[in-house]
Amino acid sequence: MLLALIAASESGSIGAIDMPVKTIDEINEKISEGKAVVVTAEEMIGIVEENGPKKAAQMVDVVTTGTFSPMCSSGAFINFGHSSPPIRMTRVWLNDVMAYAGIAAVDAYIGATELSESQGMAYGGAHVIEDFINGKDIRLYAESYGTDCYPRKSITTTINKYNVNQAYMFNPRNCYQNYAAATNSTDKTIYTYMGTLLPQFGNVTYCTSGQLSPLLNDPEYRTIGIGTRVFIGGAQGYVAFEGTQHNPGQERMPNGIPIGPAGTLALIGDMKKMSTSFVRAAIYEKYGTTLFVGVGIPIPILDEDMAVKTSVSDKDIYTNIVDKSGKTSFSQRVSYQELRSGFVTINNKKVPTAPLSSMVKAREIAQLLKMQVQKGEFLLTMPAEKLPQNAKPLNKLDVRGD
Amino acid sequence: MKKVKVSLTFPPSKVTFPLMTLLVRDFGLEVNILHADIHLNRTGKLIVELSGEEESIDKALQFINGQEIKYHLFNGMLTWQEEECVHCGACTSVCPSRALSMSAPDFYLTFNKEECLVCGLCIKACPLRLLHLAHRGNETA
Repeated sequence: MLLALIAASESGSIGAIDMPVKTIDEINEKISEGKAVVVTAEEMIGIVEENGPKKAAQMVDVVTTGTFSPMCSSGAFINFGHSSPPIRMTRVWLNDVMAYAGIAAVDAYIGATELSESQGMAYGGAHVIEDFINGKDIRLYAESYGTDCYPRKSITTTINKYNVNQAYMFNPRNCYQNYAAATNSTDKTIYTYMGTLLPQFGNVTYCTSGQLSPLLNDPEYRTIGIGTRVFIGGAQGYVAFEGTQHNPGQERMPNGIPIGPAGTLALIGDMKKMSTSFVRAAIYEKYGTTLFVGVGIPIPILDEDMAVKTSVSDKDIYTNIVDKSGKTSFSQRVSYQELRSGFVTINNKKVPTAPLSSMVKAREIAQLLKMQVQKGEFLLTMPAEKLPQNAKPLNKLDVRGD
Repeated sequence: MKKVKVSLTFPPSKVTFPLMTLLVRDFGLEVNILHADIHLNRTGKLIVELSGEEESIDKALQFINGQEIKYHLFNGMLTWQEEECVHCGACTSVCPSRALSMSAPDFYLTFNKEECLVCGLCIKACPLRLLHLAHRGNETA
């Protein structure tokens, strides 16, 4: 049947674009039999160039993607277990970093950007997460007002990944589908989450794995949706929901690629199974702490359209360079191919560019995921629900108080 | 022949002092200005590379010391914990000499010690804090 479809599609008697070449179930069957053809999103560029998308869609079953970027909206839920007598923790500190405990009773959420109360920006929630994944002991101090059922009012102890019940990363916003590049028009150096920006357009920073980035290889969210199994931090996790600030309505190029921040993913994964090869704490000078999260998503090549989408290259992906000082409305459109060349021209001046997202790690993840799929260790999933495709513009927060 | 890298901080009264000319004319040094940040009547900061006889360099530094100009000798060196590096590229965004650089196709960070000015800008730009200054240099008050 499949062969018949391919033959028909090749003869042009069927509109190939919307005609599925294979289903996710068929691809998973091939994976289980060790017969799936798996390539990385970078390898796919050449395959489509050489063979055309129609043939590439027949040849390739899965394209793997990868990214390793600072993702501030990350953190983890941890359940510490109950002490005797028990405590309903109301305030919790992990290595002196406050974790949110306004849930029951020994659960807390440690956020990547929360800073240490004693060390400030030198240590934050991201470092607690890295230490936890490394198996280190973490000092837990918790307070409570005490209740009849939870009489204890404070506790000091140590926790680690071996003695807590659950520890799962739940990141409300990861894998931003494209992002604005940053520069600085003012006379002073500014310190931002996009790195140190030198005065008078002294440099430009950008943050994406571009042609290897998950959501840039499935720009219209055809295969990545709620429930999609993903590689996160070295473990297998899932897309839990659309990410916060998911904005599919962003302006797009004719190839469907958004120009600037668009879709996002909320991801979940077992932190006990993660590795610091793929999760690292980071400090941005005078900004604070954040977490490098390594994510890879396999994309099933269901049809010719997905072959086209996964063959996207940096020259086809555009973003705007914006003034992060907020002093001007400067904006200049640029392709990632230009940004990756090391220089762009702003106001007739050659300005050096620098990435903030690791291509070395992104490639490592895409390669590792490719091997896992090839070996049958990582199966693909049909999304339980699609991500929103046409959301309304993002809300602005108006000042409504005094 | 000796070569040293020095940062010079000029007080407001000395911003217009023609130090570079004197170093060339009176001390026979070769001067290479690597970085300059000069604000008239406020402060001036220079990073220079001085080449010449060791004795001439020592005399020149003594002379600078007598001019209320602070100098800092970069006889230290930058160290990079390469095995911990994730090759994000943040340090390359601030490196004035491109001693720290990465480029297509592999985007691995490379560090060329010869090119390094030991300016220290990268130390705080590294999100993983993997760049350090080893053996801090002599400093005058």
